[in-house]
Amino acid sequence: MSETDVTNADLPADGPEPQVHGQRILLDGVTKRYPGQKAPAVDDITLEIPAGEIVMLVGPSGCGKTTTLKMINRLIEPSEGRILIGDEDVTHKDPDELRRHVGYVIQGAGLFPHLTVAKNIALVPRLLGWDKARIEARVTEMLELVNLEPDQYASRYPRELSGGQQQRVGVARALAADPPVLLMDEPFGAVDPITRQRLQDELLRLQEELRKTIVFVTHDFDEAVKLGDRIAILQVGSAIAQYDTPEAILANPANEFVEGFIGHGAALKQLTLTRVRDVDLHEAAVARVGDDPAQAVAAAEELGREHVIVLDGAGRPLRWLPLRALRRPDALTRVARDENLESVSLASTLNDALDEMLTSSHGVVVVTGRRGRYEGVVRIETVMEAMQGLQSPAHEAGRVTR
Amino acid sequence: MSIATGPAATEDVADASTTTTADGAAPMRRGRAVGQLVACLAVFGALLVYVAVADLSSVEARNLSTTRLLTLSWQHFLLAMAAALLVIVLAIPLGILLTRGPMRRFSTPITAVAGFGQAAPAIGLIVIAALYFGTGRFPFVCALAVYGILPVLANVVTGIDGVDPRLVEAARGMGMSAFSTLVRVELPLAIPVIMTGVRTALVLMTGTAALGGFVNAGGLGTLVNTGIKLGLDNVLIVGALAIAALALFIDWLARIIEMAATPKGL
Ligand SMILES: Nc1ncnc2c1ncn2[C@@H]1O[C@H](COP(=O)(O)OP(=O)(O)O)[C@@H](O)[C@H]1O
Ligand SMILES: [Mg+2]
Repeated sequence: MSETDVTNADLPADGPEPQVHGQRILLDGVTKRYPGQKAPAVDDITLEIPAGEIVMLVGPSGCGKTTTLKMINRLIEPSEGRILIGDEDVTHKDPDELRRHVGYVIQGAGLFPHLTVAKNIALVPRLLGWDKARIEARVTEMLELVNLEPDQYASRYPRELSGGQQQRVGVARALAADPPVLLMDEPFGAVDPITRQRLQDELLRLQEELRKTIVFVTHDFDEAVKLGDRIAILQVGSAIAQYDTPEAILANPANEFVEGFIGHGAALKQLTLTRVRDVDLHEAAVARVGDDPAQAVAAAEELGREHVIVLDGAGRPLRWLPLRALRRPDALTRVARDENLESVSLASTLNDALDEMLTSSHGVVVVTGRRGRYEGVVRIETVMEAMQGLQSPAHEAGRVTR
Repeated sequence: MSIATGPAATEDVADASTTTTADGAAPMRRGRAVGQLVACLAVFGALLVYVAVADLSSVEARNLSTTRLLTLSWQHFLLAMAAALLVIVLAIPLGILLTRGPMRRFSTPITAVAGFGQAAPAIGLIVIAALYFGTGRFPFVCALAVYGILPVLANVVTGIDGVDPRLVEAARGMGMSAFSTLVRVELPLAIPVIMTGVRTALVLMTGTAALGGFVNAGGLGTLVNTGIKLGLDNVLIVGALAIAALALFIDWLARIIEMAATPKGL
C-alpha cells in the first residue's frame, strides 16, 4: 500500500518575505487608575509590540487586558505614561483621528444592525472622505478577503448573518481603511468552537498577506499559543508575568503563575505549536462531481480505501461517500455539500485537527488550502507521531522531525 | 377611549421588536393597521351620513352641518398636531441632553417633573394657561404640550439608553465623533422607542384637545361643550364619537410613520 505525500503549495517557500504594513506599538510606563479605586487597573506597563506581529495579551479575567488595549486607541485615557505608534506619541493626538487609523474588533463584532454589511464596512473610509467608487471597490475587496461572496452579502443586514459571518464582517470593517494596527478584544469569544477555529485560521491567513501589527486580547491560552507571534501573560494590574514566543513560554515558564496558567498537559499543548502545514498529509481516494463512479471505485480500491472524498468543480471537498454509495451510475452527478464535514486548513494546529477527528467517524480530517481547495487528509497516526516527536528531547520547537 | 400610558408604551416597543424579527408577523401587523383605518373611517362616515340625513331641530342643525363637522375635525387635528410638534421640538433635544454624560444625573428628576404635567388634571392645566395667557389657541396648545411631553421625553431617554453600549463604543472606537455617533447610531436605533412615545402623546393630546371647547380654542370639543351647555345629547355624542374616530386615525397615521421611520435592519 503506497502512500504519496502531498506537498503543500501554500507554504511560503523561498519567495520574498511579504511586506510588513504594520507599525510597532510602544507602551511606555502606562498606568490607568479608575476614579474611586485604590489599586490601578493597569500599573506601569511597558511593552513593545514589534511591527507586523500578532501579540496576544492573555491573563485571568479582570487583570486589565481590556483596559490596556483600549488605552492604545484611547477609548480609555491613560492616567500616566505615553503610547507610541510608529514614532508618533498618540497620547496627545485627536482621538477620533487616531481611531480612524487603528482597526478595532470586539466580541460579537459590534456591527450596526441598521446598516447593511456594505455600509458597515464603508464606515471608516467614509469618515476619511474616500470617494464613492473607491469605497465601493474597497467593500468588495474586503468581503472577498474574508471569504464572503460580495454579491450575496453586501446588501444584507447583520441579523441575516450567522455569528461567524458577523465576526468576519467585523474584521473586514476594521481593516477597510487599511490601518497599520489592529486591536482585537476577545473577538472570537462568542462563537462555537468549530467556527472559532475557522475564524482563527482565517485571521492567520489574512495576516500572512497583510502583516499588520495586531494586539489581541484573550483569556484562552490555547488561542494565544495558536495565534501569537508573542504572548504577554498578564497578572492583576496588567503586570507582565512573561513576554515571549509561545514556544519559549511553553518550554520555560518564567514562574509559578505562568505554569499555573499553562495548566497541565503542556505536552498536549505542544500540539498547538504544530501546524497542519508542518506535517506530511496523506492522500485520500478522491472523486470529482461528474466523474464516472465506476472509475472512482476502482481508484479507491487500488488505494485500499472504503470511502471517497468528493470535490466540487472548484476542487473544494463536499462530502465523504462510502464505496457502496457509488454503485449507481449517477452517484456523482449531483452531490450535496456536507455542512458538518470535518475539515481544517493548513494554518490550523494539530490540536484543532485532533478536536475535529474526535467528532469524525472516519478518524481522518480533510485539509483545505487557498480558497477552500482540497489538499489532503490528516490521520490520527500523524497526530500521535507528532506528539511522540514533540516529547523527545531532541525536537526543534514548531517543526516535527520524523 | 383608552389612553396609553408610559409603561404601556414600553410594552408596545417590546412587542414591536418581536414582530419585526419573527417572519410572518409583519403581514399580521399590516392587517391590523388596515382594520384600524377602516374602523375609524367607518365611524366618521357614519357620523357624516347621520348629520346629513337626520331630522334635526334648527339649533341642532346649526351645530351639526357637514361642513361644520369637517371644519371642527380639521381644527382638532391641527390642534393636536401643533401640540405634538411643540412636544417633539422640546422633548427630543431635552431627552437627548439628559442622556449625555454630565446631564445624566438630571434625567430622573426631570422625567419626574414631566410626570407631574401628566398627573395634574388636564382641565386644571388648561384653565391655568387660559388664566395667565388668555383664551384661544396658542395658550391651549402650550397646555396640551405640557400634558403630552412626558411619554416622549421618557421614551427618548429610554430609547437612547437602551442602545447597546457596545455599539456606541464600536462607533467611537472607529473614530466617529460623539455627535456623529448620536446622529448615525444612537438616534436611528432609538427611533422605534421614540416613535412609540410620540404616538402615545398624540393620542393622549387628541383626546385632551376635546377640552379646547371650554376655552374657545376650537376643535371638536366645541360640539361637546355646546352639547353639554344646551343639553343636546346628539350634538354631544357626535362630538365625542368624532374625537374617538380622530384619535384612532391619528394613532393609525403615527403607526404608519413609525413603520416607515424604523430602520430596515432592526
Ligand atoms: N470603566 C471602569 N470603571 C471602573 N473600573 C473599571 C472600569 N473598567 C474596568 N474596571 C476595573 O479594572 C479592572 C480591569 O478590568 P479589565 O481591563 O476590563 O480586565 P480584563 O479585560 O482583563 O478582564 C477590573 O478590576 C475592573 O473591575
Ligand atoms: Mg476584557
